[in-house]
Amino acid sequence: MMGIDPVNALWLAIVVPLIGAIGVALTGRWPNVREAVTLVTGVVLLSIVVPLWPVVMAGDVPRLVLIETLPGLPIALSVEPLGMLFALIGSLLWIVTSVYAIGYMRGHHEKNQTRFYTCFAIAIACTMGVAFSDNMFTLFLFYEALTVSTYPLVTHAGTEAAKKGGRVYLGILISTSIVFQLLAIIWTYSLTGNLDFQEGGVFGGETPAWLIGVLYALFAFGIGKAALMPFHRWLPAAMVAPTPVSALLHAVAVVKAGVFTVLKVTVYLFGLDTITAAGANEWLLYVAGATILLASLVAMTKDNLKARLAYSTVSQLGYIVLGALLATQLGIIGGAMHIATHAFGKITLFFAAGAIMVAAHKTEVSQLDGLGKRMPWTFAAFTIGALSIIGLPPFAGLWSKWYLALATLETQHWVLLGILMVSSLLNIFYLLSIPMRAFFRTAAATAVDDGHDHGGEAPVACLLAMGFTSLACIVLFFYPGPLYDLAAMIVGVTP
Amino acid sequence: MDVLGHYNYWIVIFLMMAGLYTVISRGNLVKKIAGLNIFQTSVFIMFISFGYISGSAPPILEDGVTLYSNPLPHVLILTAIVVGVATTALGLALVVRIREAYGTIEEEEIHSQDRDF
Amino acid sequence: MEHFPALMIVLPLLAAPVAAALPNGRLPWLLTTAVSWGVLAMACFLLATVLGTGPISYEMGGWAPPWGIEFRIDTLNAFVLLIVAGIGAVVTPFAGPSARAEIPQRLQSLFYCLFLLTYTGLLGITATGDIFNMFVFLEISSLSSYALIALGRDRRALTAAYQYLIMGTIGATFFLIGVGLLYSVTGTLNIADLAERLPALEEARVVHTAFAFLVAGIALKLALFPLHLWLPNAYTYAPSAVSAFIAATATKVAVYVMIRVLFTVFGVEFSLGEMPLQPILVVLSVIGVVVTSLMAINQLDAKRLLAYSSVAQLGYMAIGIAFGTTLGLTAAITHVFNHALMKGALFLALGAVAYRIGSTRIHDMAGLAKVMPWTILAFAIGGLSLVGVPLTAGFISKWYLISAALEQGWWWLAVIMLITSLFAVMYVWKVIEVAWFRDLPESRADVREAPLSLLVPVWVLVAANVWFGIDTRFSAGVAARAAEALLGVAP
Repeated sequence: MMGIDPVNALWLAIVVPLIGAIGVALTGRWPNVREAVTLVTGVVLLSIVVPLWPVVMAGDVPRLVLIETLPGLPIALSVEPLGMLFALIGSLLWIVTSVYAIGYMRGHHEKNQTRFYTCFAIAIACTMGVAFSDNMFTLFLFYEALTVSTYPLVTHAGTEAAKKGGRVYLGILISTSIVFQLLAIIWTYSLTGNLDFQEGGVFGGETPAWLIGVLYALFAFGIGKAALMPFHRWLPAAMVAPTPVSALLHAVAVVKAGVFTVLKVTVYLFGLDTITAAGANEWLLYVAGATILLASLVAMTKDNLKARLAYSTVSQLGYIVLGALLATQLGIIGGAMHIATHAFGKITLFFAAGAIMVAAHKTEVSQLDGLGKRMPWTFAAFTIGALSIIGLPPFAGLWSKWYLALATLETQHWVLLGILMVSSLLNIFYLLSIPMRAFFRTAAATAVDDGHDHGGEAPVACLLAMGFTSLACIVLFFYPGPLYDLAAMIVGVTP
Repeated sequence: MDVLGHYNYWIVIFLMMAGLYTVISRGNLVKKIAGLNIFQTSVFIMFISFGYISGSAPPILEDGVTLYSNPLPHVLILTAIVVGVATTALGLALVVRIREAYGTIEEEEIHSQDRDF
Repeated sequence: MEHFPALMIVLPLLAAPVAAALPNGRLPWLLTTAVSWGVLAMACFLLATVLGTGPISYEMGGWAPPWGIEFRIDTLNAFVLLIVAGIGAVVTPFAGPSARAEIPQRLQSLFYCLFLLTYTGLLGITATGDIFNMFVFLEISSLSSYALIALGRDRRALTAAYQYLIMGTIGATFFLIGVGLLYSVTGTLNIADLAERLPALEEARVVHTAFAFLVAGIALKLALFPLHLWLPNAYTYAPSAVSAFIAATATKVAVYVMIRVLFTVFGVEFSLGEMPLQPILVVLSVIGVVVTSLMAINQLDAKRLLAYSSVAQLGYMAIGIAFGTTLGLTAAITHVFNHALMKGALFLALGAVAYRIGSTRIHDMAGLAKVMPWTILAFAIGGLSLVGVPLTAGFISKWYLISAALEQGWWWLAVIMLITSLFAVMYVWKVIEVAWFRDLPESRADVREAPLSLLVPVWVLVAANVWFGIDTRFSAGVAARAAEALLGVAP
């Protein structure tokens, strides 16, 4: 695999998962072959993406123009540090999630598993496309394709609740992207005639500050996947999906595609200087701050485990958006690193939640009393993930929060710093209370014996996946160097 | 401007309005077709009026005549009349079929039947 | 070769009586298919010639214009001819099995005769350079399409055809009045000649009156809101193949006539500057787009839903025309092309549904995706194109329209257009959700996928939707050249 030209790697990264999707669809009759296809595709994808890393670190920007759709608007791919980071996380965690999904889907006796794996692979292809987009137009294409391809995953169960959730999911994501984002894209294009991601952005000096402000706000709210309040409701709605979907897509791929787009727009479409000069970010900062705080507060009230995690995700996405909106080097670095650290932390939490559902059929926090004795590994992983998200040493989450806090200090946004701190406290409360219950409380004596209380731990495949991601949370604390270097390169700080 | 001198155009306008009014106000499908016919006829008269020049002779080559009416509008209107006849025929044919299907040619009764359906 | 402009109209015209004379069966269908493919080849050749060497002028019967009838092919109508011919060439193969199922055996020959006449009329309107000749072809296409619609299985097809006849005849007669008034002041019927003589007469009240009659007449034909009332019933109850053909071509040709009259005959300064047409068109179209999109959401029949959506889409085209800018006109012409593709694909897909289950009511389509996956997938892709999802043709139209609105600084219009796209999401989704997620009733368990002879035409159009959503050099490129030529901007 060493022989792949970086330019070819760009389109291969999109095509390989698509081929995998076809392979999965064709081998659907033999589950073992099908799962093997998924895993092999994942490994091939990772081996395509990883060799790009040194290329990017060397400062090269491979670029590939596929076709010119409209005059001056090509569908083009390229890779830069931010996209590299996102692609690495996406492709690595896809393998992990696939391992987990095998255990989960079989353990849970889900129907239509072939459709599930097929759509999953397509969604990954779209994610790679988002990561490697060379201009806003291409990004928008993949962004929309990602929304559509994940819809069957959200409604997988086929129940009324799933359909309702799917409608909210599609409704919010499509309407924000069409009404706000597309408007902003076309408006930007008609102003500048250019949508390429480039250093310093596409806006010259002649665009008035108020218009920059309007456009930036349209982007911020239009990128609905970033779940900025009040357009966050699709994320809790998407929790009707099977847990591997919630884990990879609604903690990593889809939501990170959103915040990734926000970062990308901030850095490469507007440019940090343009934004700060126009003051376009000021009021949006407080929207992000409010999102962080309110989502944390809502999370505390949720008894359903996945709903609580979903609101926690909304809150954590707010951190990344906040980092982008601060429009300083530290803010961008913090935001980019948080994409990675939150990914590992939150996916661990979702894996654990799914494992609990498969092994013990418990979905509510209040049902978990005493379960820690039965599923020690699952809850240990949960604890590690929770601590990492809270941002305590020795876990990876510390680093990104550290840089974000520094960025607020640097720009003297004391209120925002306060919000970050308070939110971390709330995190402790609503996340750590879960393993506490499981370990230190005993199961209520009146618990109904529903036939699922005899099993032990989660399936091995699930445990493996959880083990890997929680280990990653720890490793990234001790060796944050490569991650930091990649994030720093986004804003032009070469190691 | 000589108001009465343009009497032919007044006739055209009267016929046009009468025809349109019939189409809109009548519920009987045949009467609508008749209204449509009157409306079209008014346009034919208008065209033919354009072609006439005061004091001119019919457009047949003859010695000693220098001023002819314009024959082109007549030719055009010949075509338009054919179109009009075809429209009327098709419209009436449709009315026949509607009566076969609904047993009535009153618009309101047809609507009420469709609503029940 | 130089007779192609006339030949492509004469060929279907002569084939029509032949088709009527042939015995009921496959022969008339084969004849029609052969003719439509021949016409398509000629349309391709004409467009290539026009793009290569400039407009073609053909003198009918050897009489030089402005006395004789001139057929004048420039970029705009060569493009529209290609749209009409292309849709015709895709729909006729589909019509074979579809019409065999929907139309009584004894009327088969006559059906194809009427079909060819409609085809002749539409091509003639587009090709001719003589405004009275335009009226004649307009009536040829209209009269034959009234009869075609009346062939629908439901008895409401008859009333729909009757209603269309009344409205259409009023529209055509208005057009005729306009033509007569123009002739009375200019003494010519040749479009190029009119365009030369009219600027000197712009002050004349007769010209203003003529303008009003012409625009009102065309607006009726074009189904511009609120003159659209004939359209939903006509599209709903017509036979499937006819719905697809008429929806994809007839109103598009009316849009062409509107563009021709506004920009070639009267000129943009007069049409949109001196006459108060721009605000009227914009206001009516915007209200129309919003109202009819909302009405589409409430429909119970998928064909009717698409019909209302057609009115909304025609509103978009009217908005593009009303801008009067190169970008706006490019948007309108591109949308003419793209909308023909998407509505063609959607109506054909519904035709395939009707072929199998005999109904297009949304309720009856429950769970069909399980037994007719390819048909429903085609409908879904066509629907995505209608919504304007990226990588489909509809997105390109929307992009140009919104760019044109923003270019004028009318951001509120851009917002309205984007919001109405959301309405489109809702009405398309309504059908897809039923077909995809509802359970298939037991009574339909033995329904099979539509036959290949129906699926191929559907998928040809679906593929075109995707192709022209990615590669727009042809569609938007030619549209831009046509718009530049109309507005006299140097390309």
